[in-house]
Amino acid sequence: MLTKRIIPCLDIKDGRTVKGVNFENIRDAGDPVELAIRYCDEGADELVFLDISATNEKRKTLSELVTKIASSINIPFTVGGGINSIEDVSVLLNSGADKISINTSAFKDPQLIKELSSRFGSQCIVLAIDTKFENGNWYVYLNGGKVKTEKKAFVWAKEGVELGAGEILLTSMNNDGTKNGFANDIIKLISESVNVPVIASGGAGTMKHFTEAFETGKADAALAASVFHFNEINIKTLKQELRNNNIRVRL
Amino acid sequence: MKVVLIKYNAGNTQSVKFALNRIGIEPLLTDSIEEIQSADKVILPGVGEASSAMVYLKEKGLDVVIKNLKQPILGICLGMQLMCKYSEEGKTDCLGIFNSTVKRFSSPFEGGRRSRGDVGDVPYAKVPQIGWNNIYNLKGYLFKNISDKEFQYFVHGYYVESGENTIATTNYLTEYSSALQKDNFYGVQFHPEKSAKAGEQLLKNFVGL
Repeated sequence: MLTKRIIPCLDIKDGRTVKGVNFENIRDAGDPVELAIRYCDEGADELVFLDISATNEKRKTLSELVTKIASSINIPFTVGGGINSIEDVSVLLNSGADKISINTSAFKDPQLIKELSSRFGSQCIVLAIDTKFENGNWYVYLNGGKVKTEKKAFVWAKEGVELGAGEILLTSMNNDGTKNGFANDIIKLISESVNVPVIASGGAGTMKHFTEAFETGKADAALAASVFHFNEINIKTLKQELRNNNIRVRL
Repeated sequence: MKVVLIKYNAGNTQSVKFALNRIGIEPLLTDSIEEIQSADKVILPGVGEASSAMVYLKEKGLDVVIKNLKQPILGICLGMQLMCKYSEEGKTDCLGIFNSTVKRFSSPFEGGRRSRGDVGDVPYAKVPQIGWNNIYNLKGYLFKNISDKEFQYFVHGYYVESGENTIATTNYLTEYSSALQKDNFYGVQFHPEKSAKAGEQLLKNFVGL
């Protein structure tokens, strides 16, 4: 049976893994390749690398890192952060990335999703959506959560999938960093409305939160960063716990 | 040992190359007919679309070359589907090595909001299938030291029904062929190059054929 996926996310800055609290007080969390190998050994199903320092001059460093990661690990991984052209995607896929994630650039130019998916296939195009709940609605935010739009996350997710996005990576800004659990209501709404997998992100603090994201949120995969980086939750223990709760996982 | 990765317009060759490197093999990525014919082992990788891949293989004369190979050849994902008779993806005739048709998963999701929840044992079946799933009914040397129910990583919207050439099955919306074999021709629907230790074992087995 197809299993639910556990996905550690690594934020990358200048070739190192970093972790901040609400994008501030960024601290070093180690060498991304070493961390990636550790996660593979613990039983992670996929990995996501987000380059938070992504600028044109940093692009080459990133593609070199991607090649190092690709040659070191034997599970699929996604690379994102500042990707806004076919050329960017081509370089990263050729460096060994399996999927790329796009966010702000796709919102500003939705045709980019269509161009990328027809050129490289939907399976490698992940649409990342940052969303925040305000006045009764979940709105899309851009530029790492700095810029508000009037678009509802639910509408944007559906449009993105119609344009060819192969997966949705949904991050709730209200939940991110709180360790109080995932935003299961919006995750469920979107997961049940689109015919592609939805990856829940933002808010993981305990093993129970993962169970809830799958059971209540109907997520296909759940992503987290700090609980894994700092060994608060061990992936193998987490998957055992999920299995005890009758959630199908690869163990 | 000369292992050739066939270069064509359906990508993912890097991942396969790196996976082979990890088991000590440096493959040659090429579309040269002589290099392919003189290889000990040939791999036809594939992530892409069937009809455009077939057009490309025909233009390069690789369709005839592949069909007539005598050494072990492994098709991965789209590579396996191209070895079949016909694909519904782009409605194209394929290489015709395996006597099977490639069909699109029929999703309970089609046309917007899902009308029903779980489909049999499959929770919230979406198309394409993306993720780790089990392989069953394993036959032959390709699966040496790989146990029944082992997990492999899948990404596909089209599938091959179970039939005479099936050497492994998987369940997703239906029971289908996750691996095929006929003589020296092998195909796997999943991605061994991305399937952790179990995938690595399969690549070792293929290279050891």
